[in-house]
Amino acid sequence: MDARIQIVAILAAAALILVLLELVRRRRLLERYALLWLFSALVLLGLAVWRGLLEDVASVLGVAYPPNALFLIAFGFVLALLLHFSLAVSRLSDQSKVLAQRLALLEERLGRVGSRPPESESAAERELETSVRD
Amino acid sequence: MPLSSNARKLAVVPAYNEASCVGEVVRELRRSAPGFDPLVVDDGSTDNTPVVAREAGARVVRHPFNLGIGGAVQTGFTFAQQHGYDYLVQVDGDRQHDPGEIRRLEHAMAESDVDMVCGSRFLQEDHKYPAPVSRRTGIHLFAFLLSKIVGQRVSDPTSGFRLYNRRAIGVFARDYPHDYPEVEAVLMVHAHRLRMCEVPVRMYVRGGGVSSLKGTGKSSYYMIKVLLALLVGLARRRASVEPGDEAAVTAAHGI
Repeated sequence: MDARIQIVAILAAAALILVLLELVRRRRLLERYALLWLFSALVLLGLAVWRGLLEDVASVLGVAYPPNALFLIAFGFVLALLLHFSLAVSRLSDQSKVLAQRLALLEERLGRVGSRPPESESAAERELETSVRD
Repeated sequence: MPLSSNARKLAVVPAYNEASCVGEVVRELRRSAPGFDPLVVDDGSTDNTPVVAREAGARVVRHPFNLGIGGAVQTGFTFAQQHGYDYLVQVDGDRQHDPGEIRRLEHAMAESDVDMVCGSRFLQEDHKYPAPVSRRTGIHLFAFLLSKIVGQRVSDPTSGFRLYNRRAIGVFARDYPHDYPEVEAVLMVHAHRLRMCEVPVRMYVRGGGVSSLKGTGKSSYYMIKVLLALLVGLARRRASVEPGDEAAVTAAHGI
């Protein structure tokens, strides 16, 4: 393998790892989302450093030019990450739907409590408490 | 007399920018279905739908942003469950449905011991439903597929004019399909071993507002999406989350 492409690959993978670690350290990236990224970056770095391993992998995969195997593996990780994010987005939209519904129901209830005459307010608050517990 | 007279009954009207119609729908509900408490679920409208609805005498639940028809109807189910309602009727906010016909749904529920009664616009001999051909073709295609799947004739699977009992309310409060829910809901009724029937009703052309489906492009997108939902619904390991199951949405994540 050409030494230049190897150097580029090593630098890119190392930079990615540093950026990831820094993002996690600053709490900009949650560990749970960083793990898959870190794993991908470490594998890519490993393959970029140990040429013998990459050449073995390439010959197993039937790829003539070993750096192409590196791209292939990187592409696989990118697909996995995208799927991971689609799952996360689906989960978040489901959760925000439930939150919006609960908020709407609570607001309606709160509006009722607020508009009652003062003497019945404590009863209304009790009702609110019990229903929130449900 | 349909249903027991001391049953608590809720009429859910999902409305998104229906200020021109929703007031009349609520007044009509109070006139011709006085046993039902009207609840308008305002799905993030930008006009004064909630004000109009409240002035007409409905309780109004307002979503902070638009969730789509499925989310709006599900809020109605959750409301019914939280407040201990026995029956819930779903009536569109655009005057497509005639609240006077709720009586027919009630009769069917009382007589045939089912969990869901759907108003169908295609059961009457003289039905006149002035919809574009593409739309009707889609409806009949879903009707054909669903009838085959659930083993019972379903003539109008896209009808949103439905009456549910407590069991159905419980199932749909936990899990109700997202975007175009009516068709998939029929499938869920089947998957949960609930029973349903249809009764003939008349439906009108929309009174105002804008349909959620305009243009052929959107119609075909709708059809593809619902077909996909049907297939997925069939293949799903479990159609819905039962009490005690792992939550549909959990903190566990990833692939």
